[in-house]
Amino acid sequence: MAIYVNEKTRVLVQGITGKQGSFHTGQMLAYGTQIVGGVSPGKGGQKVEGVPVFDTVFAAMEKEPAEAAILFIPAPFARDAALEALNAGLKLVVLIPEHIPLHDAMEIMAYAKAKNAVVVGPNTFGLVSSGRSKIGIMPNRYFIPGPVGVVSRSGTLCYEIVGHLTTGEIGTTTVVGLGGDRVVGLHFIDVLSQFEADPDTKAIVLVGEIGGSAEEEASAFIKKSVSKPVIAYLAGKSAPPGKRMGHAGAIIERGRGTFASKVKALSAAGVKVAALPNEVATMVKEVL
Amino acid sequence: MKLYEYLGKELFRDYGIPVPRGKVVSSPEEAAAAAEGLADVVIKSQVLSGKRGKAGGISFASSPAEAKTEAERILKMELNGLVVDKLLVEEKLSIEQELYLAITVDGSARCPVVLASLDGGMDVEEVAEERMIKWPIDISIGMQSYMVREICRQLGISGNLQKEFISFLPKLYRIFRALDAELAEINPLAVTPDGLVAADAKVTIDDDALYRHSSLPKIKEKTALELKAEELDLAYVELDGNIAIMANGAGITMATLDIVQHYGGAPANFLDFGGGADVERTAQALELLLGTNPKVLLINIFGGITRCDVVAEAFVQVKESRGIDLPVSFRLVGTNETEGRDILAKVGIKAFTTMDEAVRHAVELTGAA
Repeated sequence: MAIYVNEKTRVLVQGITGKQGSFHTGQMLAYGTQIVGGVSPGKGGQKVEGVPVFDTVFAAMEKEPAEAAILFIPAPFARDAALEALNAGLKLVVLIPEHIPLHDAMEIMAYAKAKNAVVVGPNTFGLVSSGRSKIGIMPNRYFIPGPVGVVSRSGTLCYEIVGHLTTGEIGTTTVVGLGGDRVVGLHFIDVLSQFEADPDTKAIVLVGEIGGSAEEEASAFIKKSVSKPVIAYLAGKSAPPGKRMGHAGAIIERGRGTFASKVKALSAAGVKVAALPNEVATMVKEVL
Repeated sequence: MKLYEYLGKELFRDYGIPVPRGKVVSSPEEAAAAAEGLADVVIKSQVLSGKRGKAGGISFASSPAEAKTEAERILKMELNGLVVDKLLVEEKLSIEQELYLAITVDGSARCPVVLASLDGGMDVEEVAEERMIKWPIDISIGMQSYMVREICRQLGISGNLQKEFISFLPKLYRIFRALDAELAEINPLAVTPDGLVAADAKVTIDDDALYRHSSLPKIKEKTALELKAEELDLAYVELDGNIAIMANGAGITMATLDIVQHYGGAPANFLDFGGGADVERTAQALELLLGTNPKVLLINIFGGITRCDVVAEAFVQVKESRGIDLPVSFRLVGTNETEGRDILAKVGIKAFTTMDEAVRHAVELTGAA
């Protein structure tokens, strides 16, 4: 099994004719994703990597009904595109772009809630059910099937850790990127509850970072509702307070969201916290 | 982007929120003129730093002459590294009680949240959790009167004060929404004989939404290097160490810093040059780092969208054009790794494959290990 996405999931690519959109459509097809259509206003009738392009999401849904959409849309236009996808009935919307205004993100999340849909991101690499399908921009070759579920706030650091797992011949069920922004659709606890219910997932890796309270909330959830072993790595141990380290989330303010508070919360929930990224694979091996 | 207090108060005034009478000035003479006609005045340094009061950046005067002397003193000050060049001179309020009121973005609830407390003032951060009311706003319906009534009930306020809140809070919410604010905070919100007055204004605009607010002045209190990095759209933060670090992605860049420290090294900076940068931008990022005169350069690349050959090419380009004579520790894996390694090999650099090896080597090169 896999969570959120599998080889049957039908996917639309919004912004398919752009540089990123067309490149990653090719990459996703190569990985096995069912890309059934693309959307690019004014470019209807064209084809990208053999995929038919439509002018609107509604037009695409008439001809090629889909469950999921992935957006390669410049940030100022992302709200419009995301609301269009949700309005047209897509149930999983993956927001790749970074720099989407916070208020736009909040409006997208409110509408998704009303539509009972799942939003991943913004500012995410997407998600991949290894060996089945990916809706995202992660490098294909590191994601091989196996028993570990991975959920991460950051992208490249997640590749790093999955890379170590792959080198150790440990594969993954599903890998989910939550996104680095302050307001994102999926949170740790949403994904943890899915991994807990997924019979193929035997262990869970959580990749977090300083700032916000997502790791503390995850800890409380794990303590109460997760029976599977969880290994964590947290970035930002050396970050000075009050400095913004790139992600909107990666900032420590008012003594909250610190490295120490997160490690304490996770440890209290029985999570093993790795000191270095390359220790994660070894620690996972021990619990499998 | 944080707004100066006086700009925040101008906004408040535009939206009908009462603020003290006053003027922004930049010389002692102007301060004296601004104090004319007001009884007691408060003189507040306009810098983007909290704790101005505790640092001596806020003063009182009871005559124009005194205002001039005080202004002279504060204008020469440096507050938490920021030089004071503007003052806000305004009437001293007769404050009966200091409240706290803010609207910000709640990441856990994915929506705006109202924060309100009867215990406003300097130590609001230490207010007990049960004394700080938190009310999430469903952004699809916005701020409604019933919400304010409920917030007032939880605060335990009624009568005239409740009436004022019902007029006050929706105005603050309108500012929050219209300006794409991350934070709209009033601390203290003063209860005076004439009603509620915003004695301070802290408004932070979402940087990602600034393109929608071109009428706002550009406010930057950053070092020259940080400004340069911003021009290049790089996430850059200066630190105190001697190992210059460049990586792709905020998470992995932070992890690189952590590992450097784990092995006893000291990072000189945080530089995330993002994903998918081309040769030119990568070269600019490198140039910027070299300008900081570090002892060792550590480059950590895990290519996804970022291509290893592009990074290697940019490195060679900079090396050849300006000469990189400091020791370099390079880690290069991911997309187009082989091509990237070949390019580096031509200039005699053997890239590591793991982050751990590259960091340890960098720390060794500084002589700290």
